Amino acid sequence: MKNKYSIFSLIKNSFSFHENWQRAWRDPKPKPSYDVVIIGGGGHGLATAYYLAKEHSLKNIAVVEKGWIGGGNTGRNTTIIRSNYLWDASAGLYDHALKIWENLSQELNYNVMFSQRGVMNLAHNLHDVRELKRRTHANRLNGIDCEWLTTKQVKEFCPIINCSANIRYPVMGSTLQRRAGTARHDAVAWGYARGADSMGVDIIQNCEVKGIKRKGDSVEGLETTQGFIKTSKIGVAASGHSSIIANMAGLKLPIESKPLQALVSEPIKPIINTVVMSNAVHAYVSQSDKGELVIGAGTDSYVSYTQKGTHEIVEGTLNAILELYPIFSRLRMLRQWGGVVDICPDASPIISKTSIKGLYFNCGWGTGGFKATPGSGHLFAHTIAKDEPHALNAAFNINRFVSGNLVDEHGAAAVAH
Amino acid sequence: MFIIKCPYCGDRDHSEFSYGGEAHIVRPKQPTELSDDQWAEYLFMRKNIKGLQYERWNHAHGCRRWFNMGRDTSNDKIHSVYKMGEKPEK
Amino acid sequence: MSNKFRLSTGGQINRTERISFKFNGKIFFGFKGDTLASALLANGVHLVGRSFKYHRPRGIFSSGAEETNALVQIINGKNKNDPNLRATQIEIFEGFNAESQNCWPTVNFDLGAINNLFSPIIPAGFYYKTFMWPANLWGKYEHFIRRAAGLGKSPTENDPDIYDHKYYHCDVLIVGAGPAGLSAANVAIKAGKKVLLVDERHHFGGDLSFAEEEITKINDLKPLDWIKKTYSELQNNKNIMILNRTSVAAYHNYNYLIMMQNLSDHLSEKEKKGKIRQRLWKVRAKKVILATGSIERPMVFDCNDRPGIMLSSAVRKYINYYGVKCGNNVVIFTNNDDAYETAISLHNRGVKIQAIVDIREQSNGTLPKKCNELGIKILWKNTIVYTEGYKKINKVHVMRLSNDNSSIIGNKLKIKCDLLCVSGGYTPAVHLFTQSGGKLIYNEEKYYFHPKSTSLNQISVGSCNGIFNLKKIIEETQTKTNEFLNLNHNEQLNITESKSGDFENIWLLPSDKVSGKTKPFVDYQNDTTANDIKLALREGYKSIEHVKRYTTTGMATDQGKIGNMHALGIVSKITNTKMGELGTTTFRPPYSPLTFGAIVGRNVKQFFDIVRKTPIHTWHEKHGAKFEDVGQWKRAWYYPNKNESMYEAVQRESKAARNDSGILDASTLGKIDIQGTDASEFLNRVYTNAWSKLAIGKCRYGLMLNDDGMVYDDGVTTRLGENHYIMTTTTGGAASVMNKLEDFLQTEWPELKVYLTSVTDHFATVSVCGPHSKKILEKVVKNVDFSDQNFPHMSFKEGLVDNIKCRVMRISFTGELSYEINIQSNYGQATWKKCMDAGKEFKITPYGTEAMHLLRAEKGFIIAGQETDGTITPIDLQMDWIISKKKYDFIGKRSLYRSDTMRENRKHLVGLLTDDPKEILEEGAQIVEEVKNKPPMDMLGHVTSSYYSPNLNKSIALAVIKNGKKLKGKKLFVPMPDKTIEVTVSDSVFLDKEGNRLNA
Repeated sequence: MKNKYSIFSLIKNSFSFHENWQRAWRDPKPKPSYDVVIIGGGGHGLATAYYLAKEHSLKNIAVVEKGWIGGGNTGRNTTIIRSNYLWDASAGLYDHALKIWENLSQELNYNVMFSQRGVMNLAHNLHDVRELKRRTHANRLNGIDCEWLTTKQVKEFCPIINCSANIRYPVMGSTLQRRAGTARHDAVAWGYARGADSMGVDIIQNCEVKGIKRKGDSVEGLETTQGFIKTSKIGVAASGHSSIIANMAGLKLPIESKPLQALVSEPIKPIINTVVMSNAVHAYVSQSDKGELVIGAGTDSYVSYTQKGTHEIVEGTLNAILELYPIFSRLRMLRQWGGVVDICPDASPIISKTSIKGLYFNCGWGTGGFKATPGSGHLFAHTIAKDEPHALNAAFNINRFVSGNLVDEHGAAAVAH
Repeated sequence: MFIIKCPYCGDRDHSEFSYGGEAHIVRPKQPTELSDDQWAEYLFMRKNIKGLQYERWNHAHGCRRWFNMGRDTSNDKIHSVYKMGEKPEK
Repeated sequence: MSNKFRLSTGGQINRTERISFKFNGKIFFGFKGDTLASALLANGVHLVGRSFKYHRPRGIFSSGAEETNALVQIINGKNKNDPNLRATQIEIFEGFNAESQNCWPTVNFDLGAINNLFSPIIPAGFYYKTFMWPANLWGKYEHFIRRAAGLGKSPTENDPDIYDHKYYHCDVLIVGAGPAGLSAANVAIKAGKKVLLVDERHHFGGDLSFAEEEITKINDLKPLDWIKKTYSELQNNKNIMILNRTSVAAYHNYNYLIMMQNLSDHLSEKEKKGKIRQRLWKVRAKKVILATGSIERPMVFDCNDRPGIMLSSAVRKYINYYGVKCGNNVVIFTNNDDAYETAISLHNRGVKIQAIVDIREQSNGTLPKKCNELGIKILWKNTIVYTEGYKKINKVHVMRLSNDNSSIIGNKLKIKCDLLCVSGGYTPAVHLFTQSGGKLIYNEEKYYFHPKSTSLNQISVGSCNGIFNLKKIIEETQTKTNEFLNLNHNEQLNITESKSGDFENIWLLPSDKVSGKTKPFVDYQNDTTANDIKLALREGYKSIEHVKRYTTTGMATDQGKIGNMHALGIVSKITNTKMGELGTTTFRPPYSPLTFGAIVGRNVKQFFDIVRKTPIHTWHEKHGAKFEDVGQWKRAWYYPNKNESMYEAVQRESKAARNDSGILDASTLGKIDIQGTDASEFLNRVYTNAWSKLAIGKCRYGLMLNDDGMVYDDGVTTRLGENHYIMTTTTGGAASVMNKLEDFLQTEWPELKVYLTSVTDHFATVSVCGPHSKKILEKVVKNVDFSDQNFPHMSFKEGLVDNIKCRVMRISFTGELSYEINIQSNYGQATWKKCMDAGKEFKITPYGTEAMHLLRAEKGFIIAGQETDGTITPIDLQMDWIISKKKYDFIGKRSLYRSDTMRENRKHLVGLLTDDPKEILEEGAQIVEEVKNKPPMDMLGHVTSSYYSPNLNKSIALAVIKNGKKLKGKKLFVPMPDKTIEVTVSDSVFLDKEGNRLNA
């Protein structure tokens, strides 16, 4: 059992100059075989391993990670957590995650700093208003908290938004989900890693998967840079690199991997106390506890694994930021970075069995996977352990691309007459 | 921030172009004769290669012509551009 | 206060121009050419800030962009009070005013310093381990954590300044105008290349500009004289542009670089007026020469962070370049010869060197020898183990190093001082190189990373390439530049310099205390100590990225420029991993923080996005129209009369359109001209219905699907001739429909002879409807026989408005008798006015998009994007009639025959009538069959359109509802937050189902 984290343990350890803290997780070499191997040591993969061990009593589990845990999109996103999705299936999925978030720090005994500061989605034209109201009503009837704010209420809730009627695309209202917010992204990976490790999960870093061995229609194991690992169940949670793993198993996925960028400003004293998103002008912003404005940009249109995007995307995002927050004009970009996001045609994820027995995929989260981390891991663990989906992820099967039963979360793409 | 050599216009900044996805996926001539699986394969399934990928681009803010390009998606280096209907250099 | 630390002579400041400025409310003076840092130091001010976490007093540490301590807040109203600016980069001007940040009430007495007392229980990552109980209190904890964190304050009013963008193409971009950059430029211009040379500082020459002139000579010139001469020669060449105060922020592939030029921050408020503040350059260079120099490293030992502890090269710059001595009694702590140059500069200008503490056994260099001759005490093989002085250093503790450097031995020597210069060697500034994709290699002997390879279009020269000897720098730069540019131009220079390269390194110096009791800072701003790094490693945060994220080292506003190498070194030592294998953390752009305003440039306010206006726009404005944004278009939304509400105006307009006549500006609809012998076949493939048999002069409505079977766009297409059609699209869909059609034509169906031209902007469209519309058209359009026989519904004629040709389509989106005049754009407004004049007697009423939407809803016509949302098929819309059964294929056809798209109980478009005809549903409201006391409730679908119909005198709505086809007459419920509305499913056509009004 790990020693428990608390203010008392911090005080106690200060007497020994913090030299007696245990490792948060071990650094094992891979065993020759496991019952389940999860590919991808990001939040989703680690959470999957955690719930496999905790709720499905599987003993022999490994997570293999080609770099360092939490180094992919878990450590590169803008940490927004919300569940105000339109369709029943999505609302069910993301609110399942949100409910776990609400007690995650206590569950993991690791402060993931889930901050329920509210998320606003701004409307800038009549089409937005209609679609966002539609979502508000759907959320309410799905039991998900969601309010509609008029322009005046937007100004009251977040005074620094430019609510002037004279801007190019005036703010015409907003949704507000008060239970939504942000969390500390690295802590999510580390907390799950520590929790999984304490239940015996082997977290193997610097272990890149090079091949998937199949026997007929079943998986037999995987080739890695640390040798062959035998297993009959492989759960893939490799986000932007999912297609590469799929190709190793002879599968194709309905996914394209594209650059997504984000940036932070230099730290400043608190200036914005909520998360504001605007789809119409493509900008979202929150402020980290450290004081940096965390700003998400859009995706580039082309496939790339470089973790770099174009300057024009960043410029476009900041255009929108200054349109909505002209007071930020003199602040300065401290750091920008990119991730590789795996995008499905319907902007919804896949948590699914595949045509190969023992091979499961959790992918296609696109730009919004972080918020789902605990729920995704929980449901993926269920799917792997029971070899069938949980009711909450049944709609997110890979077969929907054949049947046509998509879960289209683009919102209405077209613009009105 | 590539520079793309449009086969019709020459070197131009990347911002003049729009991306059109994986190349050489031919729309089936007789879709009705395909199974649902085969149709889904055409419609949605992509190789999504990390490495040299053949892909479609359109010189949207230029001659508006579509063409193909070979680009390494792991480092964004462009290997070749060629016209629609042509085969990539190997 | 007086400049008591200013030398009476020397330096590059302009002593004739005295400048007064304020810092923390006190008035000081400095000279033109001073930075805030040099001016404060001249006044004896070291304490300028507080650290992020422990609020420890911090002083000016460096002299440039790498500054991590001396960050200040500008005081200049609420709209120009910049936070986090570096005192070492700010050039002062008359009236300049700034203050310390992250301290309260003052930098001298900061209550936040209580954190320093708690520092034993708040090591790296402490917040992950606490604040978890009770669970619901995190929000409160967070509130206080956030207030304590952050550095400066954001402006709270809008920025009045102007920013600019510039695109630039050149043969050679040289980044950095130190000796390497200047030498490279010298070669490049001789070949007639178009050269751009930039430097982030306000002056040129790099560190050479403050070299000790006694030691360094180039062609017998003092360093500054050589720089000036070289610069003026370059400047006289027309092929070169030289920019100072210009920092390259990002190096993207294909030699695309983003740089920011500071144009007026250094000017007084008066001089700033009307000037651009900063300019963002987007440079495409055929070749790039990186001459970005190197950054001096500190040393890591207990309490190495006090005010009065400074980088040795910075102290040299302050005394030689600004004529400022940073202290009177100086100790120098070094592991290399470079610090001896500082010692000589200080000594020569009358500053007392108490001792040089050198961790090396000895040095064969000439500079140490010279110091010896000058009588400066050198303590070889010694280290500093501790410093004293809370707000200013006053003592250092020195001890001897053991043979293997792992511990200390002997007695402690305490030396009084008011300045400690530290020099831990230099780190090549490889940030831009790695951003461009370059790989680094670690030099195990010299303890730094340097570029591994050069590419075809880029080289690194000078100290950023790991060369530190001036003679070598200049010679190698010449050779490499010649090779790089295929030239042969060498200039022999006679260089005197006497630094030797001997260098010994200890990443974390040993201490006489247990390490838990020490505070050896690695990242000063974020208060990360070596102990924090050790803790991270102990807890299993092993990857260098984990260490960085767990301890926050390297994440401060200097982005690790000062401390990163030590963080790596300490990790390497403890984990017993070679530095080369450890790798660096990623250097992310920008190199120096980049102003948001500069990134955005002029694209603010009215220039945020293009505004598209129809040719009739000014008429709408003049007549009081309210506008709606549809994509980039401004569309007339409604035209309120005096005191009229939107509801009243729309009701009036809608009534008028049915009872008398209405006029609508439909110019924004997309228009695509389609020509070619295969035009009909093309339409057959892109629309769901059949087109081959459409007669010339006839119009037809078409639905366009995506290949996934979902409705994509709609509109009326008219056959103008045998091989000539004009297609209309939705306003928002115009560009994407055009793209899609071109795509299919060029890539899937190249065999079709079809030519597409977007003509949206070429035509204005005036739509006149209502029972009197025919009479109005007859007055306006000549040469057309408007009789129903000759000109029936869904047909087209050419006519004349005055002498201008126009196309008239008899088509209707309102269900009324209706005509659209399409005329060359620039006659659009005149035509509109003619219709208004002609319609006066028929009470012609202009109506906007809102009334148009209402009118079409009465008729049950869909709007793509409102009734549809990318999940709706034509069958869902109950428009089965529009799907040709005969056609072999069209875009989207195959997808209509998948299991889910053929499902019977999909959502279908239906009408909804509220039981209370006065009750208007909210668009977007959800519909249920059964109302429960509380959610969740099963939703059947939602209201897509809803209006009060003035023509039917009741509320009407369209909705998509699960299995709607079979629910006609069924009572359903719309649960709203405050009430539940009862509705009945109806037909989706509410008015004139037979279409009689089309021929009224």
